[in-house]
Amino acid sequence: MITVDSLTKRYGAFTAVDDVSFTAEGGRVTGFLGPNGAGKSTTMRVMVGLTPPTSGTARVSGRLFSDLPNPGLEVGVLLDASAQHAGRTGREILNIAARTMGLPRLRVEEMLDRVSLTEKEADRRVRNYSLGMRQRLGIAHALLGDPTVLILDEPANGLDPAGIRWMRDLLRSYADQGGTVLLSSHLLHEIEVIADDIVVIGNGKIVAQGTKNDLLAAAGTVVRSAAPSTLAHALELAGIASTLGPDGAVRTQADAARVGEVALAAGVALTELRPADGAGLEEMFLELTSETQREGAAA
Amino acid sequence: MSTVTANSMDAVREKKSPTVDQRIPTSRVVAVELRKMFDTRSGFWLMMSVAITATLATGAVILWAPDSELTYDTFAAAIGFPMSVILPMVAILSVTSEWTQRSGLSTFTLVPHRGRVIGAKAVGAVLVGVGSMVVAMAIGALGNIVGTAITGTPTIWDDSFLHLSEIVLANVLGMLIGFMLGVVIRNSAGAIVGYFVFTLVLPTLSGLLAANASWWHDAQAWVDFNFAQGGLFDGEMASRDWAHLATATMIWLVIPLAVGLRLMLRSEVK
Repeated sequence: MITVDSLTKRYGAFTAVDDVSFTAEGGRVTGFLGPNGAGKSTTMRVMVGLTPPTSGTARVSGRLFSDLPNPGLEVGVLLDASAQHAGRTGREILNIAARTMGLPRLRVEEMLDRVSLTEKEADRRVRNYSLGMRQRLGIAHALLGDPTVLILDEPANGLDPAGIRWMRDLLRSYADQGGTVLLSSHLLHEIEVIADDIVVIGNGKIVAQGTKNDLLAAAGTVVRSAAPSTLAHALELAGIASTLGPDGAVRTQADAARVGEVALAAGVALTELRPADGAGLEEMFLELTSETQREGAAA
Repeated sequence: MSTVTANSMDAVREKKSPTVDQRIPTSRVVAVELRKMFDTRSGFWLMMSVAITATLATGAVILWAPDSELTYDTFAAAIGFPMSVILPMVAILSVTSEWTQRSGLSTFTLVPHRGRVIGAKAVGAVLVGVGSMVVAMAIGALGNIVGTAITGTPTIWDDSFLHLSEIVLANVLGMLIGFMLGVVIRNSAGAIVGYFVFTLVLPTLSGLLAANASWWHDAQAWVDFNFAQGGLFDGEMASRDWAHLATATMIWLVIPLAVGLRLMLRSEVK
């Protein structure tokens, strides 16, 4: 289990992580979702003691990471698959880690096998690895000590579709055996297909968290009209809170039938009326992303 | 398939369970850090170059030194120079590669106490330094025997054990200067440049200043590390020279290392 409590990290005037609290439970895959630069990696670095927090704590299995006597045996960490000495072979990188943890050398061969790196590939230097091979090596490194907690930052990056499928199954079975899996991604779909729980972060703050089912269900209704502001006004008069999106769509928690009645009474012609069907999460995520869209800013 | 995997995982879990609550012993951290100095291509050849340059230097002395100077001291001096360049590089890279190659992300999550890791690296560096010097001096001794046999001149052992120990100490100190620069700068290229500035540029500047300013001339022996270290190579260390060396080491090694360590412990590993 991972418990993050009021975690804040500031760099001068910039707040990278702002009062973040959440829990990743054992036996579940927790997806940590957010656009690039939202604070996912910083939060994960604080969890494993690489970045000192400004305030707040992150605990793994009830302990601060630095209090774990032999952390590799309890927490598998993959923050950046490319962060390995380019002049070492893949096997040597695992050997070093296994020796540090005090594991038998046999374990290295087991893990190479588990992530499907061949003998030949394992003896190549990491500088000649593709990103996908580095990710596999990184997963092997994280699994080496047979930990009960996995912390993975964007582990699907660089994997081909078959690799992504493989990783999904691997993490699923890990959680099913009681392990805690926390993985981050900036892709909603990736998180949607694997996570049981989702934590959404934007600009350093948690903007939503809960089980995937809850987050996808709590979506309400999406309604479009040629006169969106008139519609929004009519809803407001009827006592229904709504938001008018930049795309002209009006979103509300009320159900579709009620929204239809209000529109009819107000004489507003609708072009679309439907339940949001989990689009709420996607919309929220898009909104988060658009604020940090570099393409948008440049245009 | 999945049951096989699950079984093997259980087996490992049972095997390792007693060690989960056991702190990683320091000896293991040292052994791992020592191994990491050899297991990359650059590290391997850097270590090989200790033996290679010692052999080349020995060969050069046999070929070109006048017969009258074919003594062990000549061999030791010839071998000492490449050592004073190579060994600090080993020390620098052992620290800076964790940042420049970013392997620190794994290193400092497997052992989440940077002080322990850096301490282990320091112990490893000293072991490598002493070991390399012993190897290099053995090659020099062999050269002395072979060289004098070729020329037919008597084999002269004109370096005492004490002086050889002082040469080893001088090289280990030079290595630790490199180590210190690695800790302070935390970048391979930067630390290597820093080391050459320290050993090649500073002594020249210091010498110029000493020739022109009497106040520096008086202070130089106390403050100029390279100047104070020179006595170890010459084998003429009086108690006053030891005091000079201790002071200069304090200023150039101990204090910057302490400051660098403090900054490193608080820094971020990215």
